[in-house]
Amino acid sequence: MHRTGELYGQFETLEQQKESAALGMWVFLSTEVLFFGGLFMTYTLNRHYYGVAFGVGSNTLDLKLGGANTVVLILSSLTMAMSVWASHVGKRKATTSFLIATLVLGTAFLGVKVIEYKQKFDHHLIPGYHFQIDYRAQHPAPNDDPKEIEAEKEELSKAFAKDPDLNAHAQLYFSLYFGMTGLHALHMIVGAGMLVWLIRQSLLGRFTPTYNTPVEMIGLYWHFVDIVWIYLFPLLYLIDRHR
Amino acid sequence: MHTPTSTRAATGAVYKMPQEHYLNSTYGIRSWLLTTDHKRIALLYLLSVTFFFFVGGMFATIIRIHLMTPQGFLVTPETYNKLFTMHGVAMIFFFLIPSIPAVLGNFALPLMIGAKDLAFPKINLLSWYLYILGGCFVLYSFSTGGLDTGWTFYTPLSSVYSNSAVTPAVLGIFINGFSSILTGLNFVVTVHTMRAPGMTWFRLPLFVWAQYATSIIFILGTPVIAITLLLVGLERMFHLGFFNPALGGDPILFQHLFWFYSHPAVYIMILPAMGVISEIIPTFARKPIFGYSFIAGSSIAIAVIGFFVWAHHMFLTGESVYAALAFSFLSYLVAIPSAVKVFNWTSTLYQGSISWDTPMLYGLGFIGLFLIGGLTGLFLACLGLDIHIHDTYFVVAHFHYIMVGGAVMGYLGGIHFWWPKISGRLYPEYLARVSAIILFTGFNLTFFPQFILGYLGMPRRYHSYPPEFQVLNVMSTAGASILALGYLLPMMYLVWSLKYGTVAGPNPWPATGLEWKTDSPPPTENFLVTPEVTWEPYDFETRPDLELDHIVAGKLPAPAHGDD
Repeated sequence: MHRTGELYGQFETLEQQKESAALGMWVFLSTEVLFFGGLFMTYTLNRHYYGVAFGVGSNTLDLKLGGANTVVLILSSLTMAMSVWASHVGKRKATTSFLIATLVLGTAFLGVKVIEYKQKFDHHLIPGYHFQIDYRAQHPAPNDDPKEIEAEKEELSKAFAKDPDLNAHAQLYFSLYFGMTGLHALHMIVGAGMLVWLIRQSLLGRFTPTYNTPVEMIGLYWHFVDIVWIYLFPLLYLIDRHR
Repeated sequence: MHTPTSTRAATGAVYKMPQEHYLNSTYGIRSWLLTTDHKRIALLYLLSVTFFFFVGGMFATIIRIHLMTPQGFLVTPETYNKLFTMHGVAMIFFFLIPSIPAVLGNFALPLMIGAKDLAFPKINLLSWYLYILGGCFVLYSFSTGGLDTGWTFYTPLSSVYSNSAVTPAVLGIFINGFSSILTGLNFVVTVHTMRAPGMTWFRLPLFVWAQYATSIIFILGTPVIAITLLLVGLERMFHLGFFNPALGGDPILFQHLFWFYSHPAVYIMILPAMGVISEIIPTFARKPIFGYSFIAGSSIAIAVIGFFVWAHHMFLTGESVYAALAFSFLSYLVAIPSAVKVFNWTSTLYQGSISWDTPMLYGLGFIGLFLIGGLTGLFLACLGLDIHIHDTYFVVAHFHYIMVGGAVMGYLGGIHFWWPKISGRLYPEYLARVSAIILFTGFNLTFFPQFILGYLGMPRRYHSYPPEFQVLNVMSTAGASILALGYLLPMMYLVWSLKYGTVAGPNPWPATGLEWKTDSPPPTENFLVTPEVTWEPYDFETRPDLELDHIVAGKLPAPAHGDD
């Protein structure tokens, strides 16, 4: 179909085009809800089966990094919303800068995630043949706080008493941790790619108060990805946390 | 009452092909592979689903030949496992699911609502490429060791023990899932925002309602199978344990997640076929459809209820008796909207002026076969009886009555119905009727004996059987060879008609839909002037533009009981 200006040939009016795009995005997001839903279901069932192991798994996560990341992500949603608003009122420079801010915050989130993954790798918490839930307790690093290690040892021995198969079940927790946060991170990476494109379009001055559909649509996607994290954070970091 | 045997024969009008249409507006391989025209994408799909149909058919042929003797003389047990698995995967994921939506829906839906194209033409092309990419992965799996898990991929067989090429197959189905999702998304948005002026929701053709209901399942069901098969793939590759009891996982969870999509997927296959039948029946009975809003609503009802019946596949997994009761009850409930459709189609036929054109033969065949398939589904939804016939040939016969007798009959009926619009030419009517009858005969001979086999206790998926079952198995194999002829004939005469068929003219039947108000084949932009709809659907009585008088000798008999 031919395109005249901002209007694609299959549509009659710009309103119709915008309405279609918005509906399309919402329908896509409902697909995404069900896509993550399979993982959430798997999580719920296993949390119910293996509460002890999942509690132990939660405790190994770094609450400070995870909490900071949550704040970063919420801030990025704010800047995204601001750029949508700026594009609506025709502030081109503001649109671009808010988009760049969103991209920076999103990248920061992914950077922190890399640090967290690295820690898990060092502590033998990557699912596979070398997974060992008590690796850190057995092989503490020189700069680890001895009190913390003692507390961890005690918690682990209690947990092993309750659940002799703790290692396997904690491995399930980490499979889900990497599966869910990994899928979320993948969505962030796709979102970051779309932001780069948006920033370029915005710099070229493509967005006007009458035509800003891409900013709004990618904004919706970005908020959705943030909301997924708002669920992941308590499920993976907070429930059963007691240290 | 005068009942013409063929409306087409009576027209006598001679038409010329339009000078420029979507098939000849541009030339070259690029103009096809990079097209965003929904009609051309439909043809790309037509070729590719036909290819997979014959791949799946080939596996079925070997299975049927193998089962001619009790010991099975053709392939080893391991190969037999692979054959029925690959037959299922090719047919379900790469033929049945995309067949009517992606071929006929893609072609007809924008025309039927008076739109220039789907809302997202590029996404439409993307979904074809995703289908092809997924198909390549699956063909790779077939040709490098095959697949032996059953199309159901039950864990831990698929995730741990199977030595066949499971990983590329699940990745292929994962990718193909996004093709379905994007098609569904496109259809939903198109129906909401692209309707022509005057095309209100309750003036939509029932085929569009059926496609809409199917799209809901695409959008809400497919992502669940996608994530589930992704987890199976990850489990195989990285030794994770989501569904592996040895690592603390739960194989029953896999079955729940799998059937959460795969039962609604049955409705993905049958709902569009029901939509086709709802177009064919009024057209060839020359009567407004009986109970329009009930048929439209029942499509939505089937889509919605279909999401709450999945665990009837798992009555024998030891699920809670209360869950089983609820799922059994809900499964019975699906019979209501299905029966609403069948009763309304038969009521439409009553006092109609029926002509026996090929699409009508397929349509009537559909009603009969769907009736048998649907009623035997109730046997399986019955808790006590299911224990006896679970995992037997009874199940195989039941779902082939729905999928082959229902979905494939609907698909072929639709192909014949819209062929004049797709190609601009008519297929040879006599040959087409003969092959429809061959197909119907072959189908029943193949699958009816399997009901008896299953009832007598022959389990499905076994490569050998006790000698007393041989007669019924030989009958089934003989039927399959007749069935194969019924599939090959349309292939040949449809291709033949592309060049030698009589030129159809815009509305050969005549039918009432908007797609028949434009040229055959239509121009690339579908309508030169955006049409405005001022009439009710399936109005055969007051539409002067249909010029019914010269088609049916004498006036049409007024229906004794209109449905308004």
